[in-house]
Amino acid sequence: MGQIVLKQITKSFGTVHVIPCLDLEIDDGEFVVFVGPSGCGKSTLLRLIAGLEDVSSGHIEIDGRDATAVPPAKRGLAMVFQSYALYPHMSVRNNIAFPLRMAGLDKAARSARVEAAAKILNLTDYLDRRPGQLSGGQRQRVAIGRAIVREPAAFLFDEPLSNLDAALRVSMRQEITELHQSLKTTMIYVTHDQVEAMTMADKIVVLNAGRIEQVGTPLALYATPANVFVAGFIGSPRMNLIDGAEAARHGAATLGIRPEHLALSRDDGAWKGVVGLSEHLGSDTFFRVTVDGVGSLTVRQSGEVDVKRGDTVFLTPSAPHLHRFAATGEAMR
Amino acid sequence: MARAVSVRRKAVVTLVAWTVGLAIFFPILWTILTSFKTEAQAIASPPLFFGFDWTLENYATVQERSDYFRHFWNSVVISFGSTLLGLLIAIPAAWSMAFVPGRRTKDVLMWMLSTKMLPPVGVLIPIYLIFRDTGLLDTRLGLVIVLTLINLPIIIWMLFTYFKEIPGEILEAARMDGADLRSEILYVLTPMAVPGIASTLLLNVILAWNEAFWTLNLTAAQAAPLTAFIASYSSPEGLFYAKLSAASTLAIAPILVLGWFSQKQLVRGLTFGAVK
Repeated sequence: MGQIVLKQITKSFGTVHVIPCLDLEIDDGEFVVFVGPSGCGKSTLLRLIAGLEDVSSGHIEIDGRDATAVPPAKRGLAMVFQSYALYPHMSVRNNIAFPLRMAGLDKAARSARVEAAAKILNLTDYLDRRPGQLSGGQRQRVAIGRAIVREPAAFLFDEPLSNLDAALRVSMRQEITELHQSLKTTMIYVTHDQVEAMTMADKIVVLNAGRIEQVGTPLALYATPANVFVAGFIGSPRMNLIDGAEAARHGAATLGIRPEHLALSRDDGAWKGVVGLSEHLGSDTFFRVTVDGVGSLTVRQSGEVDVKRGDTVFLTPSAPHLHRFAATGEAMR
Repeated sequence: MARAVSVRRKAVVTLVAWTVGLAIFFPILWTILTSFKTEAQAIASPPLFFGFDWTLENYATVQERSDYFRHFWNSVVISFGSTLLGLLIAIPAAWSMAFVPGRRTKDVLMWMLSTKMLPPVGVLIPIYLIFRDTGLLDTRLGLVIVLTLINLPIIIWMLFTYFKEIPGEILEAARMDGADLRSEILYVLTPMAVPGIASTLLLNVILAWNEAFWTLNLTAAQAAPLTAFIASYSSPEGLFYAKLSAASTLAIAPILVLGWFSQKQLVRGLTFGAVK
């Protein structure tokens, strides 16, 4: 079981209100990703759930029990830290066994569970090494191993992949997702990387300045962002946001259109513009097109397109994919 | 050209270093040499360097007159006892100040240090009276207590600096892994801080070993450590340089040996690889 409910949570450090007031429900078995720019309070929120920080007011319930005043050791949650936080003086085996030792398991039971976890994480050959003798990816796996052996109610991940290189990050991302699918335990994952959020989450919680901007499935957030902030944050490259007369013509304060929803043509279209920078990824090409009265827009085209810098092109937004936002930033439906 | 300058520079620096080193070491060397002379040779003028008859007579006399091993044992008990007791108190204290600092933590640290600025003689009379009334005068327990209190600020400061180096996330990880405070300190913090704790221990054993004010004033015979043993040769019966030197050599030898052998322990870095 791993249902977590946050009720009216606030957190202040001195006079700084990191989390003004927040409600959130996380269902058992969900993979929830907290995403947001740095300083948005996502790590603080995770630490409040872990019990490493105390809430200033409000309640935290874990599986229906009030855990607000329960110390971290007794909450039944496991955490994987950004820095891995392995015990440098212990072997990998003892690192993974540490939570079991704390739980009072005997040596035989400990060793059986450590072996099982090591097998899942491909660490069997490294059990007698010290953390200092492992690579970054291996250390991360040890940290995950230490989390899974104790069969926690939920896993908390605090930007676990940010110290790894790009290739390793992709493979660890898949490993964690697969781990979630086989364990079916609640996972809460903090990241500032919206690609991680999109690819891993059952449910994304977008945070900004300690407030929840939107909660939903990755595709729901992508297709129907609740406000300008989410629209701009989710999706790579970013959604084009257009202010001024062109937005007003559509009856909105801000108009949003994703790069792939702009049709590019040499002959005719709604907006006439000049091609600037282009980025060629092979599978896709991104163009920056400057349109008079609209601004600079990013356009995504599949494969290679024969358009060069300085060419005049026409762009046509796909009407069903236009996002309209009011002056408050809220989406207009 | 650059190389020539650097070689000359090296030579000068080496020469200066050796000179300073020898100048500092000379009194110790002279003490050791004198301890092997007869009393007459010890005060000979001009002084004799190596051309004298080596004798162990002073050592025999010293051991015969005042039991070296009893004083030695007192020194061991007092210096290790006070340091271990101090560590027992200082580890939790430094833990709390390093990892859960409050608004006044800095002030508390400064206040602790400020107690070291008070001249010990300022509290000699009250402490003497307390010791007299509680029967602690001339007991090893009394000296252990007083030296613990004297060196506690230094122990806490040293441990505090070492603990500060340990990433807090590792202790948080221990907490998430179900460790209570006792297990956290016992199984995670202390083993990681072993080099720091070892050097703190060594330094404080040396400080306590050499402490002469309290050990001289609060002991008579029973609990007298090696400081009192040396002092007993400097006083009333006139100048016995050779015997005084033998006593001094005997008193500093153990701590020199300890320092020599523990050098390696102090520099072993255990925290490597903890983070990143």
